Amino acid sequence: MAAIEVRNLSKTFLQKDGKVEALKNINLCIEAGDIFGIIGMSGAGKSTLVRCLNYLERPTEGQVLIHGVELGGLSEKELRKERSKISMIFQHFNLLMQKNVLDNIAFPLIVNGTKKKEAREQARKLLETVGLGEKENSYPAQLSGGQKQRVAIARALASNPDILLCDEATSALDPQTTASILELLQEINEKLGITIVIITHQMAVVREICKNVAIVEDGEIVEEGAVEEIFAHPKTDAAKALLYNDGSEENVSPIKPVELLHETEKIRIVFSENSAFEPVIANMILQLHTPVNILKADTKNVGGIAKGEMILGLPENKEIRNAMKQYLRDKGLAVEEVVNNVE
Amino acid sequence: MWSKEVTQMIITGIGETLYMSIFATLFAYIIGIPMGIILTMTDKNGISPKPAVYSILDFIVNLIRSIPFLIGLMVLIPVTRFLVGKSYGPTAAIVPLVFCAAPFVARLVETSLKEVDAGVVEAAKSMGASNFSIITRVLLVEARTSLVAGATTAFGTIFGYASMAGVVGAGGLGDIAIRYGYYRYQADIMLVCLILLILLVQIFQATGMKITKVLDKRAH
Repeated sequence: MAAIEVRNLSKTFLQKDGKVEALKNINLCIEAGDIFGIIGMSGAGKSTLVRCLNYLERPTEGQVLIHGVELGGLSEKELRKERSKISMIFQHFNLLMQKNVLDNIAFPLIVNGTKKKEAREQARKLLETVGLGEKENSYPAQLSGGQKQRVAIARALASNPDILLCDEATSALDPQTTASILELLQEINEKLGITIVIITHQMAVVREICKNVAIVEDGEIVEEGAVEEIFAHPKTDAAKALLYNDGSEENVSPIKPVELLHETEKIRIVFSENSAFEPVIANMILQLHTPVNILKADTKNVGGIAKGEMILGLPENKEIRNAMKQYLRDKGLAVEEVVNNVE
Repeated sequence: MWSKEVTQMIITGIGETLYMSIFATLFAYIIGIPMGIILTMTDKNGISPKPAVYSILDFIVNLIRSIPFLIGLMVLIPVTRFLVGKSYGPTAAIVPLVFCAAPFVARLVETSLKEVDAGVVEAAKSMGASNFSIITRVLLVEARTSLVAGATTAFGTIFGYASMAGVVGAGGLGDIAIRYGYYRYQADIMLVCLILLILLVQIFQATGMKITKVLDKRAH
């Protein structure tokens, strides 16, 4: 049985100037133990979608099933109980500023009726888990962003959840802290078997830890599948746009490729692990006696496997072009035509 | 002119003023906190939006707040007589003081509670917290410094009203200042009363701010 199943979900907001369809006919199936990414540009509806998963937002239509239990059919009290098994962390951490770290972590336990002393003891253990053992008496205002998110994660784990929803949890953090938080999430997924849903606009986050991903655009899921598969063969423009912008925030190259060759077609190729050993491009040039223009090259870690990505500008001659594409395909590379501008 | 009796009278006056102000503030809060909580909860962005309840309560609060205190004091005489048994003296003054201050306190509480970050409330909801838990463990705790600052303001205002109640024989420093200083032209007594009133307000304001500072864990 799936940990989370979403059936024909729609959400419409009524506003003064009419209806806003935030989500349209969403269908999703997230298996237990998965790390599932939901990626999209801001305003795509992903934050609304994640809030529908624990019914912080009530869907206008459709169903959300958590381990087979339909949330829409629950009473307010039953829903609260179900929610305590679905934890959530946020972009801005949302810690209680007037309570110290320990009491923040103990909070969900106390809310659900655990004795204060017992709750604090458990909180202390969780604080060790997230590597902040010495900070129990600090207040959130004294912590860095990464430390605050660690406290939030400890708090999310306190109720012993099956599912952890992360709403842009690393968007307010620098790249290094992001990496350490993602590592912690991965550890939680592996050690505790908690299903993790990650909402983000950063492809790098999905690439780093997600196994499966859904791409949301204008309130709809436009593409869904294994991260590796989508990375190698993106089908929709939305997926391609996210892939090409990947990481560009950190290393924007001011140098544009000089167009020495008059190319007519651009292709994107993806190397898998085995093809990375052979100098494929060099061999291809030697064999076909025609140079190609490398417009962009990058290697990325996709789900633990090193993947190379290149964008090539092919020469004018159609025969050679086709021969090149055939050559690359024969070598087991994913080849795909790039329509829009690489820049 | 400045006899032992006058000193005794002023000491009693201080006691009466404090008695009226403290108890009026206390009762105003007993009524005002629930009203403020209901206003916060039932507002359209609250945890339990109920537009009708909000509009009615909002209207009542505005209505009472627009009644000048001295008029409220007179109009309420029958109610005061019913509750306290007489319409003069410090205890009697507490009734109109509470009536006029409670809506003011409700507004202060509402403002403080609405300052609490909506994200924190959302986080509590996502943990399965009930509305009662959200009020007692999130809103009131997170807003505590703002609430104490509000209480300091409320006390200052009620203290001023309590002095004003002296006009109708409520007792206290305000009463003495009017009877001796104003009607009998004993400027020295009026001056002493004034200085004492200023001093008391200063002490309470400083104490309130000090408590706020100690309670606040946000600034470092």
